[in-house]
Amino acid sequence: MTVMEQRGAYRPTPPPAWQPRTDPAPLLPDAAPYRVLGTEAAAQADPALLRRLYAELVRGRRYNAQATALTKQGRLAVYPSTTGQEACEVAAALVLQEQDWLFPSYRDTLAAVARGLDPVQALTLLRGDWHTGYDPREHRIAPLSTPLATQLPHAVGLAHAARLKGDDVVALALVGDGGTSEGDFHEALNFAAVWQAPVVFLVQNNGFAISVPLAKQTAAPSLAHKAVGYGMPGRLVDGNDAAAVHEVLADAVRHAREGGGPTLVEAITYRIEAHTNADDATRYRGDAEVEAWRAHDPIALLEHELTERGLIDEAGIKAARDAAETMAAELRAHMNQDPVLDPMDLFADVYAEPTPQLREQREQLAAELAAEREGTH
Amino acid sequence: MTTVALKPATMAQALTRALRDAMAEDPTVHVMGEDVGTLGGVFRVTDGLAKEFGEDRCTDTPLAEAGILGTAVGMAMYGLRPVVEMQFDAFAYPAFEQLISHVSRMRNRTRGAMPLPITIRVPYGGGIGGVEHHSDSSEAYYMATPGLHVVTPATVADAYGLLRASIASDDPVVFLEPKRLYWSKDTWNPDEPSPVEPIGRAVVRRPGRSATLITYGPSLPVCLESAEAARAEGWDLEVVDLRSLVPFDDETVCASVRRTGRALVVHESGGYGGPGGEIAARVTERCFHHLEAPVLRVAGFDIPYPPPMLERHHLPGVDRILDAVGRLQWEADN
Ligand SMILES: Cc1ncc(C[n+]2csc(CCOP(=O)(O)OP(=O)(O)O)c2C)c(N)n1
Repeated sequence: MTVMEQRGAYRPTPPPAWQPRTDPAPLLPDAAPYRVLGTEAAAQADPALLRRLYAELVRGRRYNAQATALTKQGRLAVYPSTTGQEACEVAAALVLQEQDWLFPSYRDTLAAVARGLDPVQALTLLRGDWHTGYDPREHRIAPLSTPLATQLPHAVGLAHAARLKGDDVVALALVGDGGTSEGDFHEALNFAAVWQAPVVFLVQNNGFAISVPLAKQTAAPSLAHKAVGYGMPGRLVDGNDAAAVHEVLADAVRHAREGGGPTLVEAITYRIEAHTNADDATRYRGDAEVEAWRAHDPIALLEHELTERGLIDEAGIKAARDAAETMAAELRAHMNQDPVLDPMDLFADVYAEPTPQLREQREQLAAELAAEREGTH
Repeated sequence: MTTVALKPATMAQALTRALRDAMAEDPTVHVMGEDVGTLGGVFRVTDGLAKEFGEDRCTDTPLAEAGILGTAVGMAMYGLRPVVEMQFDAFAYPAFEQLISHVSRMRNRTRGAMPLPITIRVPYGGGIGGVEHHSDSSEAYYMATPGLHVVTPATVADAYGLLRASIASDDPVVFLEPKRLYWSKDTWNPDEPSPVEPIGRAVVRRPGRSATLITYGPSLPVCLESAEAARAEGWDLEVVDLRSLVPFDDETVCASVRRTGRALVVHESGGYGGPGGEIAARVTERCFHHLEAPVLRVAGFDIPYPPPMLERHHLPGVDRILDAVGRLQWEADN
């Protein structure tokens, strides 16, 4: 019977009642990035933590400078600097416990080093002698991921697996502002929220994806706002304020550890150097912008706080710089040695057992190398 | 010698049994994908697994292939053995970024420190009247990616044995399931399933002297049928089932071609840039002096997979195969 035929009897009914599945309000980020340094909150910050962050920032700045210098000497093929972003890198490393995992992108060598990875091992990808120069399981640092955002679902999967096993493990994944446009970012956040995986996503919004500014990357109110759509909290933080980044990440990690699920943190920061040593940043941005961010330098911010409160003196500052110099000198010395490479390694670790095809190719290369040595080539 | 009771079983049942046995034996084996839980998968291959092992071990994931494979990478990094289901061949493409950029090379880029024992089950191929995007033969893409094993069963027994071997492998395996053989029945011993052989051996399914048909997966029954039909012409065809595309069993294939002197590769996927080109080149390189004729290929056309009402014109069938066999003879006579 059609509606026309049952005229009189038919009463339109409203659609079944609808409610939002969860209240979105608590998930929304604050209106302004959270700050600690230079605010009332600074008085609550733990002096020992502030000193530790300071020492790591100074070391990190020196590390960035040394690695950039190594590109000029041809010792590193390429280096994407995190100068200006050290607060994010260092806080990400220090907020994790030993059993936790870090999932860095190609820019985050410094986070790996701040977590304790040997600086030379951390640089093999960028030096070109091997893709990953360390055992990820030993350090609980995933390989530096070059394809953007692809490491994010890995972090979710690992955190999920750890929780299934009943292990107390949190994964922290790093991604850039450009990376948030990739499908993998979306899929990772969605899986994380559905599975309530103990994972924290830290977006370092440094203003640019190579040359493309954030305005051309997204129309969202902020990147942190993206969290709400997945059903996880979004937090905004001043990415140059090491104390604030540490606090926000520590909260998020604790929340994850206690079974509260994932958090998306957006740190507002700036890439002081060009994208890499191969990039010409003057083509897409002006000096005034860079200078404004230099005035909001993460090291100066923290040093000011420590000095004001009498938590550090000249000798303390010098000690931090000396330690950084020692690290740089050691890094230089190691990087100036030519790596010893075995071409036969090309065939190692493609499979657990090489295929017959690979065995054949291995023999071919061995013969070529032997002929080369005998000078018959 | 105990006599084993052979019973009829379908390939889908053997696959389910393989998953179940693997999960029962090893608590780190996790099955995940779209609709694999309550529904048991659109082909019912994961039927009953969520009930038996819980939703944490047989998980309905969000609808996101890159996410499925990407999270499986993280799970494997933490010591699990994920078996992921891609619902259909053409829906695996969103996951190719993860497959090629990470899954295939994680062992290599970490110098052996981080192997990824992931099995990626992909129902593939045509012949089931599927609408667009449900019939692709994507094996060439997988074969072209170093670091992946690529296997495909053509029999009920192999469906069990190869899937067990794939799950047991410490390397990622793309496990291609010929979907038109899911319901093919065979006598098989479900109480004492065949032992798990290592991946990488081809088998001669039918001995013969006149020529070798080299094939795999959905084309095997077509080749066997062709070999029967060819008897009328006086041709005695040998049929080799590759089972594994990577690694490739040159030994078994070349031994056969050296015996017969003629070879024809048969597969559904397009010929240009397809698996047959690689196989023909390998055979030619190794058996040139034994060949009585050029190695020929019978493949699908080089077109996007056609609509179902036309697919019978696309798929290699008995006539096309016998035609090609005829050309192998003709080359020899001139
Ligand atoms: C999937 C993918 N597409 C493109 C690139 C090339 N690429 C390298 S870095 C980059 C920009 C990344 O910007 P963002 O995510 O903001 O990170 P940042 O470099 O600022 O740290 C691009 C486009 C890539 N590495 N991966």
